[in-house]
Formats: sequence, C-alpha cells, structure tokens
Amino acid sequence: MKILVAYKRVVDFNVRVQVKPDGSGVVTEGVKLSANPFDDIALEEALRLREKGVATEVIVATIGPADAQAHLRNGLAMGANRAIHIVTPNAIQPLTAARTLLKLVEKEQPQIVILGKQAIDDDANQTGQMLAALWNRPQATFASKVEIGNGVAKVTREVDAGLETIEVDLPAVITTDLRLNEPRFIKLPDIMKAKSKPMETIDFASLGVESGDHLKTTAYAPPAKRSKGVMVKDAAELVAALKTKGLL
Amino acid sequence: MSKVLVIAEHLNGKLNSSTARCVTCARDLKPDAIDVLVLADAPDAIAAEAAKIDGVSKVFTMANAANAHALAAIAAPQIAAVAKNGYTHVFAPSTTFGKDVAPRVAALLGVAQVSDIMKVIDAHTFQRPIYAGNAIITVQAPADQTLVATVRTASYAAAANGANTAPIAALDISAELPTHTRFVELAQGKSDRPDLQSASRVVSGGRGVGSAENFAIIFKLADKLGAAVGASRAAVDAGYVPSDLQVGQTGKIIAPELYMAIGISGAIQHLTGIKDAGTIVAINKDGEAPIFEVADFGLVGDLFKLIPELEQALN
Repeated sequence: MKILVAYKRVVDFNVRVQVKPDGSGVVTEGVKLSANPFDDIALEEALRLREKGVATEVIVATIGPADAQAHLRNGLAMGANRAIHIVTPNAIQPLTAARTLLKLVEKEQPQIVILGKQAIDDDANQTGQMLAALWNRPQATFASKVEIGNGVAKVTREVDAGLETIEVDLPAVITTDLRLNEPRFIKLPDIMKAKSKPMETIDFASLGVESGDHLKTTAYAPPAKRSKGVMVKDAAELVAALKTKGLL
Repeated sequence: MSKVLVIAEHLNGKLNSSTARCVTCARDLKPDAIDVLVLADAPDAIAAEAAKIDGVSKVFTMANAANAHALAAIAAPQIAAVAKNGYTHVFAPSTTFGKDVAPRVAALLGVAQVSDIMKVIDAHTFQRPIYAGNAIITVQAPADQTLVATVRTASYAAAANGANTAPIAALDISAELPTHTRFVELAQGKSDRPDLQSASRVVSGGRGVGSAENFAIIFKLADKLGAAVGASRAAVDAGYVPSDLQVGQTGKIIAPELYMAIGISGAIQHLTGIKDAGTIVAINKDGEAPIFEVADFGLVGDLFKLIPELEQALN
C-alpha cells in the first residue's frame, strides 16, 4: 500500500509573525521556515503505518518554489521513500492545492492520503476535505487515532463534543490533529541517507490544473490588542471588582 | 440580492447555538433571505428551534436515516444540491462540524471557501484571521460564484430567539449518498457543567495546576461559579485533563463573558483562543507571565492558596 503525504512548508511555529507597517503582507524575509507541524504528524503517521507493515511506500509531496527542495529532503530524512516537488513560485489557495494533489493521486494511486488538518500560515483547514470531495472518496478529518485493516480505516476524530470514531473505506483522505502522534527527530545519518533518495520535480504548469485561486487578499492588519488591565492585591478585591462589573 | 443558506449544527436532537451565531453573521450581509438547512434523521424538533431564530426566513429539512450523524461525505452532496437553488452564500459555523463539511461543499461546487469570517465588510468582502490570529486579512471573493464560508462563532453573538416563526418545509432533493463513510461512536465527555464552547463563564487551568488530581480545585471553583472548565495545551499535553477541554488556536476558540486563567502563563496559541472574551482574570505565581498583558484583572500568587480564598470571598 502506498501513502501520499502532503507536506507544506510554512513560517516556523515559534516565529511571532508581524504584519508589515504598510499593510501589504506579513514579514517573511529572513524568517525561519519549517514543515507545517500538522504535516510532520501526517508524515510520522505514514511512517508508523509502514513500520507496522500496513504500508509499503511513503511519498512526500509539496507544492512550492524551487528552494522547497531542502524541505522535502527533511521529509526524506524523516523516513519517506521518495519525494515529489511540484514547482511553482506562486502561493496557491486550497482549492488549487486540492486539484493539484488530485493529479498526483491519479498518477500514484495511493490508498491513503494524509495531510495536516490545517497549515499554520493561512489557517484555512480546507485542502484535505476538498481533495476528498474532488476524488469522490471518504475523509476522516482531525484524526487522533488511526487503525487500518481489511481495506478500511477506523479513525478517531477530535470533535467539539468529544471523540468521534468513524470507519471509512480506502482509498481515503485523513487529516491529522495534534494528538495523533509525536513526530520523531531526524538523526544525522538519516540526513546523509536522504541525499540519495529519489526526488521527482514536476513543473506546476505542466499539470494543467484549473486555478481555484478565487480569493483576493486586499489588506493585512495586526490584530486588535487587548489592553493590560489592573493588578488586584487579593481574592477579596478581585471578587469586589468582578461584582462591580456585574460579572458575579 | 443575497440569499444565504445556513447549515444547522445539531447533536442529540438539539440545535447548537453556533447556528444562531451564523445567522447573526449572515444578517450583516443585509441579505434578501436567510434560510436554515437541517439535515437529520428526525429534523422536526431541530427545525422548530431554528424557525424561532430572529432573521431566519425559512427552514428546510432533509430527513434521511443517512443523516443521523453529521458525516461530511454524506452531508456535502445534499448541501451542494440545495445550494444550487439560487443561494449566493452557504454559511457553516467554524466548529469541527462546519470545518469538516464546508470545504467539501465548496469543492463540489468548484468554488473557494472563506474560513473563519470574523467581520463582514460587504457581501463578498470579509475579514479573517491568519497565522493564529497574528494577522487579520481582508479577503474579497468573486461576486459571480456561490460563496462558501465558515463563521468564527466567537466573533458573533447568537441571534435572539423567540419572536420569529419562520415557515418550515421538507425538501426532497435527490443526491446520491455514499456508503463509504460510517459512524461508529461518539465518546462525549460526560459532564453536568456548561458546554465550554458556549458557556458565559469559563475557568481554565494550566501547567501550574500541576497534576490531574490537583485539577479538582479548578472543577470545584468552576462549579461554584456555574462555569465551564477549560485548560491550556500544556495541561492537556501533560495529561491533566482530556483534549476536548483545550482552549487555544488548536483547541476551542471561545468568547465567554468571564474567563479565568489559573496557572496559565499565556502562550500566544492560548491567547488566540480567548481574545474575544469579555473579561479575563489571570491568577499566576509568576508576575511576569504574558497572561497578565491581556488580563483585565491580575492576581499574583500561589493558586492553591488563592483559590480557597476566592471561594471564601464568593460566599
């Protein structure tokens, strides 16, 4: 069984993103880039399924500029068998990403596509669901537990009401939540090994994907700030203050 | 000339307040109609609740045994079919229900989705957060396409309920429903406490609480205040409480009238989840903790000493 992992590169989660003073975007120059944390979890889950003997091959794919190759090498160092780099200098929106991934799905015929529930840059939380719709296959989003057997995935999902378990026929799309697993650290020998693993490069334009980039971002602004309040000296003063505001 | 279709969220035969919050957002478009669609196995009682929400024009139901549980793969083709009846907008709440189903609807319609609307500028222009709320963008969607969107429920109060009596009609739209996705079970945290997502008061504990056993002090204070209980990611990761209590960017984004953060330092990802709260109270032993930068009232000290004192003062 083949597993395809969609593996996006984003601004590192430790970076406090700032809006440019002129409102034209966010500052990304000189900022550390890393794998989307949810996609690292997706890759880890795929690797574990391979280690359990459920899967035979794990492919990492990204859609991004030429320098995203280093990012894919990290995915290979983590343990993926091979990588596919769909090269485009432009940022694309989720519907376009889903249409592009569908092309890869048609080419590679994976039984499972795993990706993060959202990327921590645009926070859209759309691509996996859109891919499942276009592929006309099941989706198991926000997964915190995945079990595969007999052509079926049993997936526990983190939903607002608690933990929901569903069963989906394969092939299917799974999107990951934080508690699915803890991604492994990359070891130095693995980095060396990754250098010789296959990386396929595909020009985005050659795929003939119909653009779904329908949204136009017209302005960026910093969030409204909450102002610092007052310090109270003890519990009694706190209760009195809350009563004055009519909150108790 | 806008016509909005709001997808009702419900569980165990009850309408979720996220539906009325979507209606509030939809009203900001100044639309000609706001219709609510209820997909369920037995939708009548849920539809009757939806019909009372101010601003709702009509309520449509699609009764089907396949709709007993909210499964996106089954709901999406039905929603997409209804959306084609002249709707300019399809809104769902940005809860796990809406986040699951809305993009599937958008892809079936071949249109883009605006996630997490926090403000309506005009019928096709919205503000939404990116980078965990560190930036707010204004996005414009094309006017010649159906717009699918999720509504950030913490940004909107629930539309009032009572005076309206919108007509209810059953729809019979044939959409081919897949059988490849099956519900197995829902394990709900059993609790008599208010629901975290919609509670007007929330008491949250963080790493400073120290253990699962110590969390009893948080539950006790919450019960005294009639509040829901939440937790920081650190507390969830440490195993003090289950993940459905997590408040923050990757947990629940909430907007209670009163939020009490106890033993929570205030990581950015936590603050993202509470910034629409009415009043924030922080109790922490570290006076330099970032939570105090956003708290309306701060109290520095040992929570195990201060909470009993607080309970005393509440008596």
